[in-house]
Amino acid sequence: MIERARGLNIATQIILGAGLLTLLVPLYLTFVAATQTLPEVNRVPPTFLPGTHLFDNLAEAWVRSNFGQKFVNTMILATGVVVGKITVAAITAFGIVFFQHRFRMLIFWLIFITLMLPLEVRIVPTYSVAANALSPFQQILDVVGLTWLLEALTGMRVALEWNLLNSYTGLILPLVATATGTFLYRQFFMTIPDELVEAAQMDGAGPLRFLWEVLIPLSRTNIAALATIMFVYSWNQYLWPLLIITDPNYGVVAVELGQLVPDSNTTGGGIPHWNLAMAGTLIVMVPPVLVVIFMQRWFVRGLINTDK
Amino acid sequence: MADINIRRVEKSYGDTRVVHGVDLDIRDGEFVVILGPSGCGKSTLLRMIAGLEAISGGEIAIGGRVVNDLEPRQRGCAMVFQNYALYPHMSVAENIGYALKIAGIGKAERRARVQSVATAIGLEDYLDRRPGQLSGGQRQRVAMGRAMIREPKVFLFDEPLSNLDAKLRVQMRLEIRHLHQRLAATSVFVTHDQIEAMTLADRMVVMNQGNIEQVGAPSDVYDRPASTFVASFIGSPPMNLLPGRMTESGQHVELADGQHVPIPTALAQGRAGRPVTLGIRPEDIRHGPAAGGSGLTAKFDFLEELGMGRLFHGTLGGQDIIMHATDKTPPVFGTAVDIAFDPSRLHLFDVETGKRLAGESGRADKEQWSGYRATA
Ligand SMILES: Nc1ncnc2c1ncn2[C@@H]1O[C@H](COP(=O)(O)OP(=O)(O)OP(=O)(O)O)[C@@H](O)[C@H]1O
Ligand SMILES: [Mg+2]
Repeated sequence: MIERARGLNIATQIILGAGLLTLLVPLYLTFVAATQTLPEVNRVPPTFLPGTHLFDNLAEAWVRSNFGQKFVNTMILATGVVVGKITVAAITAFGIVFFQHRFRMLIFWLIFITLMLPLEVRIVPTYSVAANALSPFQQILDVVGLTWLLEALTGMRVALEWNLLNSYTGLILPLVATATGTFLYRQFFMTIPDELVEAAQMDGAGPLRFLWEVLIPLSRTNIAALATIMFVYSWNQYLWPLLIITDPNYGVVAVELGQLVPDSNTTGGGIPHWNLAMAGTLIVMVPPVLVVIFMQRWFVRGLINTDK
Repeated sequence: MADINIRRVEKSYGDTRVVHGVDLDIRDGEFVVILGPSGCGKSTLLRMIAGLEAISGGEIAIGGRVVNDLEPRQRGCAMVFQNYALYPHMSVAENIGYALKIAGIGKAERRARVQSVATAIGLEDYLDRRPGQLSGGQRQRVAMGRAMIREPKVFLFDEPLSNLDAKLRVQMRLEIRHLHQRLAATSVFVTHDQIEAMTLADRMVVMNQGNIEQVGAPSDVYDRPASTFVASFIGSPPMNLLPGRMTESGQHVELADGQHVPIPTALAQGRAGRPVTLGIRPEDIRHGPAAGGSGLTAKFDFLEELGMGRLFHGTLGGQDIIMHATDKTPPVFGTAVDIAFDPSRLHLFDVETGKRLAGESGRADKEQWSGYRATA
């Protein structure tokens, strides 16, 4: 839609400008604070001009928070979650869209309902499962009486245990299931013409081949979009890692950043190190920003090569 | 050998039956066209042959082997779809060669075969393009190439030409015919375009509401339509169908307005006094008083110039009729004019069932009409 009314044009420009400003001001303040020394950042009234200590602060924040290790951890977490999500979601949506079985609507709705239950809502049971991933199976065994039976027969007690706390697996697995991704793929798969599916059938392609050689290549742009969103999402994970990671070797950046933010614990009532906290923020922001920039180019390429 | 035998095949979606026990035998190498109005079950029948649709009842055998429970890929059929259904992300070469790739045929052989198919369909220079960069006609060719490369026993076409413009359609029609002559593979072609059907078919199958109305060579179906449905479906403009009653003498059909149409005695056959539907094709009506004085009159309202003749639109016995006149008689509108029916080209149908009673009694009568015309 192209509106030619001049007044409207100006109004939209103003709104756009205001929106941009609202987005940029906090970023600018972060940047300014990260360039100042401790006395400068705490001065009243505050200065809004950048100082000269950006690199000092960055270096200090990097070392103090041991970001090197945290970056590796978070990268593993984010990559694992992204790969897991795009794979699981693709396969789930494939099953829902292309196979006519009795329960497919039921399954779809079950998945859809979980959209309404984000991790935060089910975090306690998820934690208890993470503490022992096999506990649900143990419970099933207990309930049906198999544990008792085996104990009576062999004298050994079945105690299944698989602890996921303080591990990459524990970080990644609970975040992998994704109703949003499944939904996104489903919507895309439903636009695939039946004739294309049938042509592949006539050519002799089995379901997996069709998924791998036709559907996945056609979903490239969808995958890129999903991967980008999910990367940022997992890079920013805070609550879940905070809960299950007690070993600093498995710490992630968002949690670490939280510890840089001054409060009475970290400064012991001293002067808050806002400059370091903001420098840390700048560091942590880099990977998601790079991913978005890089993937954006990818989208555009995908859009130019539109296949009809 | 790949003849196709269809035995009492039915198809139901839930409670609605859309194909009602169809029987059809297609001989090896034959080109059969299935023709019918939209929604009559043509595609459904074709897709049951292909294996894309489960068969609800009856049996389909290809090359003597019952294929009801076989996967599409095991049936040895290739299919050309209406919307081409090319893989958008693959090049033309990859599209054509995909079936071979799946069959596990080596790269070198694949390339050679793709090349030879591309030459046959005239697309050698486009092998690296994506389908999105081709014209409709070229996409259609790729779809044909994709079907050809497997050297299938059976070709199935579901309205493959309906998305092309008129000129291209005629051209592709010829190419399909050539292709068939060269490969001699059994072909089943679905269309709702009767010209396509008439020109392509060795035999034509006319379907209506999930039933086969008639099977026969195109000229057969045209000259001896088995029912009023076929009569009005085949031919453009369609056959005129006039309600009437056989006179007691069995020599005439009396139309609604009392006019008498003389009919050959062979047609009467015990129908004396009974209501019938009289059929006559527009090109079998002409201007002028009939010999023997039993003239018919009709009133015409307007005409359409075709170049190769003129279509007169008017009424006879309260029914709309169309006459395709090739003579140059000056048109008269609004008042009754003399017309004559070719008696050898009359068709009679049962009023209730719409089935053909008799008619078009053969070449001898045809001669008679020529003589008859000469005397007029
Ligand atoms: N999946 C389906 N579920 C229910 N009814 C269906 C389904 N597919 C087709 N039909 C019905 O079956 C009938 C035959 O459909 P079919 O596609 O064979 O028609 P067609 O003769 O090919 O028509 P067209 O010339 O429009 O392609 C139609 O009445 C259609 O509504
Ligand atoms: Mg159809």
